[in-house]
Amino acid sequence: MRTPRILKPFAQATGMPRTLLYSGVIIVLFFVILAIFAPWIAPYGFDQVSADGVRFPKQGAPDSAHLFGTTVQSTDVLSRVVWGSRTAIEVVVLALIFSLTIGVPLGLISGYVGGKLDRTLVLIMDALFAFPYLLLAIVIAFLLSDKLGQGVVTAALAITAVYIPQYYRVVRNHVISVREESYVEAARALGAKRMTIIRRYVLQNVIQNVPAIATLNAADAILTLAALGFLGYGIQPTEAAEWGYDLNRAIDDAGAGIWWTGLWPGLAIVLLVTGFTLVGEGLNDVLNPVIRARRLRKPKMDEAEVEAEEEPSHA
Amino acid sequence: MSSESENPLLQVRDLRATYSVRGSFFDRLRGREAGSVKAVDGASFDVRRGEVLGVVGESGSGKTTLGRTLLGLVEASGGSIVFDGQEIAGLSESLFRTLRKRLQIVFQDPHASLNPAMTIGTAVSDPLRFHGLAEDKEAVVAKVEAALERVGLAPAAQFMSKYPGDLSGGQKQRVVLARAIILEPDVLIADEPISMLDMSVRAKILELMLELKDELDLTYVYITHDLATAKFFCDRIAIMYLGRIVEQGPAEEIYRDPKHPYTQALLRAIPNPDPTSTVPRDLPRGEVPDAVQPPLGCNFHPRCPKAFEVCGWESRDLRALLEARWTKLSEAEFEEERAMVGGLEGLDVAATEAVLEPGTEGTPEDAGNMLGRLKAQDPDDPFWKGVEKTSTEEDGAHVRFHKPVEPRSLEVGGAIVECHLHDPEAIEAAERLRAGAGSADGQDDPV
Amino acid sequence: MREAVLEAKDLRVWYATETDPVRAVDGVTLDIRPGETLGLVGESGCGKSTLGRALLGLTPDSAGVSGQVLYDGRDLTEVTPKEMRELRGPELGLIFQEPMTRLNPLISVEKHFFETLKAHEPGLSKDEMRVRSLEALAGMGIPPTRFGQFPHEFSGGMRQRIMIALTLVLEPKVVVADEPTTALDVIVEAQILGILADLRKNFDAALLLITHNLGIVAEACDRVAVMYAGRIVEDGEARQVFSKPAHPYTRELLRSIISLQTKGLNYIPGAPPDLVDPPPGCRFHPRCPDAMKVCAEKFPIPITTADGQRVECWLHGPESEIPEGGTEQLAREEIATAEEA
Repeated sequence: MRTPRILKPFAQATGMPRTLLYSGVIIVLFFVILAIFAPWIAPYGFDQVSADGVRFPKQGAPDSAHLFGTTVQSTDVLSRVVWGSRTAIEVVVLALIFSLTIGVPLGLISGYVGGKLDRTLVLIMDALFAFPYLLLAIVIAFLLSDKLGQGVVTAALAITAVYIPQYYRVVRNHVISVREESYVEAARALGAKRMTIIRRYVLQNVIQNVPAIATLNAADAILTLAALGFLGYGIQPTEAAEWGYDLNRAIDDAGAGIWWTGLWPGLAIVLLVTGFTLVGEGLNDVLNPVIRARRLRKPKMDEAEVEAEEEPSHA
Repeated sequence: MSSESENPLLQVRDLRATYSVRGSFFDRLRGREAGSVKAVDGASFDVRRGEVLGVVGESGSGKTTLGRTLLGLVEASGGSIVFDGQEIAGLSESLFRTLRKRLQIVFQDPHASLNPAMTIGTAVSDPLRFHGLAEDKEAVVAKVEAALERVGLAPAAQFMSKYPGDLSGGQKQRVVLARAIILEPDVLIADEPISMLDMSVRAKILELMLELKDELDLTYVYITHDLATAKFFCDRIAIMYLGRIVEQGPAEEIYRDPKHPYTQALLRAIPNPDPTSTVPRDLPRGEVPDAVQPPLGCNFHPRCPKAFEVCGWESRDLRALLEARWTKLSEAEFEEERAMVGGLEGLDVAATEAVLEPGTEGTPEDAGNMLGRLKAQDPDDPFWKGVEKTSTEEDGAHVRFHKPVEPRSLEVGGAIVECHLHDPEAIEAAERLRAGAGSADGQDDPV
Repeated sequence: MREAVLEAKDLRVWYATETDPVRAVDGVTLDIRPGETLGLVGESGCGKSTLGRALLGLTPDSAGVSGQVLYDGRDLTEVTPKEMRELRGPELGLIFQEPMTRLNPLISVEKHFFETLKAHEPGLSKDEMRVRSLEALAGMGIPPTRFGQFPHEFSGGMRQRIMIALTLVLEPKVVVADEPTTALDVIVEAQILGILADLRKNFDAALLLITHNLGIVAEACDRVAVMYAGRIVEDGEARQVFSKPAHPYTRELLRSIISLQTKGLNYIPGAPPDLVDPPPGCRFHPRCPDAMKVCAEKFPIPITTADGQRVECWLHGPESEIPEGGTEQLAREEIATAEEA
């Protein structure tokens, strides 16, 4: 059996990139598991402030009932970190789906069709790209909050707006070079329709770059989400647990020696971002032939001489 | 040759294809005008069913564009293509699409012609899908296997799930051929199908193409720069130069008695794998000129050793002759002569009257002297046949050329040739000019 | 016979891969003499280009090199990169297939020449540089009036001439030309080959002409080296090799040429082997019509034939080394298209 193409990078990876890739995958998987099984893993709900009629302590230090301590609002830090990973993963997945489904087709069509459509789209995307990304996310979040509320979807859409231009640009530029390939003309000569060519001949060859960018963007998306939350433009505390928001609330605690409210969400952000970055860099290393070639080691030549002397004589 | 009554499968008349050129980045920076290239400039030929027509030319001859125009991949800007009784030049893309079941093309680079992300099985079955012939999955697999085995990729099952990257160049070209024949086309246009392959494989692919032709009753248009393979492979040959077919006829006739000086030169230039032969020296000078501004008259005249009065001599030829002379001089001699004349840019625009300007410190007489030296060097250069009159005027030395005459396609001994050497009218016109120059006021300058 | 100007002794160049190395050049012994044109031929993937570059010390950092390349008493595989840079140009020149990729589109031809000359012969005055450059260009048929123009203003053939002139202006003793005319049209190709043929007469330079076109070798080369799977399998006077090829590979290669005289099609079955794991014994034996039992078992010993070719083939002996029954025809499985090129 041949390894499915999508899994090839994992099979082909060796040495350093393999370590990067695998440790990244483990970290990300850890958070994915947290996200999926949050209701079972988290001891309490994300906004739960009491159990069995007893209110949790306010800014309580870690103890056996609250392993990571409690916040100023009496919520359980551990539970918020676990539920927070669900929010983070949800937003990242949604944002990726949105930006891929919008950015990739736009890039494909723009690159393949060319002409006025292409010029217009490039202009729009460049304008979006030139905009400070956080500001853009805030504006989108603000605009959408009226209609969609300040939940996961709004945050995901705000982040989507930031990343569409990236996918668009990468895909479009790649399409422009693929479009000139002989096999595209050959498909036309065989009688393929334009959409068939885009779908079967162009897309397949352009999509390979996307996983590496997508994972790197995912890391970035976590940071953007946290930044939105930190600034108060992200997910409302009533909707879901969010690490950025928790960090914001923990600022005052830090001065008072209450370290646990800030440390855990902060650590979660750093870890997940690192995880995604490792996967992205690992993929990049494996998929990029130039980087791969650079890593090769010189063959041992003394071996050659031995063999050369022996070869003519062994019968 | 087949009987007159049988209609040719492809009948091409005065076919034209024009590209507009954007010009290079530098040209655009310097505000140079973009022009248009007549990649194919009035091509007429017939291809009979079961025949192999070789279209032979160097790069820039328009042979590749010609092939693509036949398939509608490049839009014809004029003329007609009648395929099996139906006019197809200028059809819409969607009409052409259905037609491509019957007209197929194989490109030069087998590696680039296959989608690297697609298995061989999918690649070969895709044409069936494009034309809605892929309803029955099992039938498709059977057809693909049959096609692969027909091109010698057996057992086919072994290749179906491979990617192009797993195959060698020859195997890839076989896959490309399998993909082309799966629709059972009538005509296969093969654009340099073997030039990217190794010497040791070329014969194999050619042999395969001959087998396919016999088995599937194919008609080939074989586009190539290589007269040696064309000789072996083709029934008829059309030689292209700068968008025009300069000579066409039965292969035997073309090789036995090449009539156009260009065909003769091409045949001489082919490296001969015989160590007693040496590099031919009597080859046409220069290279294929810029197609944006083709030469006046006959396109080949600037390089033609046999060109004469009416072939289209013009200002640019004067510049070329001057530069050729200067290339042979020492640096000091060149500097001296260079100072005798002014800027040469004026000669770059095609004109039948050229003015050789004097240098900044020179006189018109200097420019005239320069012309004299040029003629003294080689009075037998065909260039001087084209000069009607030289005179020294205030703005420099004037050279007036004979009026260019466009060469006509004429039937000469079984071939169709576009060359004044074979046109009695042109020869007669030239003789009249010669006689006129002898008696009347030919030259008023001591050149 | 004149003494060799450049000499390779048991040269090996192995490229690293993620698994075992590719033995692109695997034990090549070759010399080039002044004023001589040596043709290096073989199918693609046989290591021709790698050998050509290795002779000029141009191997990638990740490649392993062993053996010797002797030039002027020095081993080029040992010299420092700096010394190598100083040698390249005035002593050893290289002409590439794609001239445009080697010319800087932003600077004029004049500047290309001046910079080259300045780098290697710093003492020259501007006038001297101009004279030298124009001479080199004129030799290639480029008129002096076009000295100030930019690379893109020239046609492909002209650019290749400029590249050659740029190599020759430093008057190197050895020039390696890697498929210098492959990208060009036949007439221009013949023009340039004519110029290269004159060159060795006028400059006394040694020229290594790498090509896949045997017709070119026949017309332009004095001597020919045939390369197969990283080895030189035959090396001899061009006339001799063409009229009486000693190695079956050479013979089959010559037979597969399609020329104007071709009456029937011939080809070599199979494809050059994977150089990561070449076949045992003679590397050509799986494709060789004359293969004997010994060929599949023992690596052939280089031998000089009565006609003067150096050849690696058991057909020419030495008989003392061939084991009992080794000369029996090798029963070969039919080479399926599946493994073919």
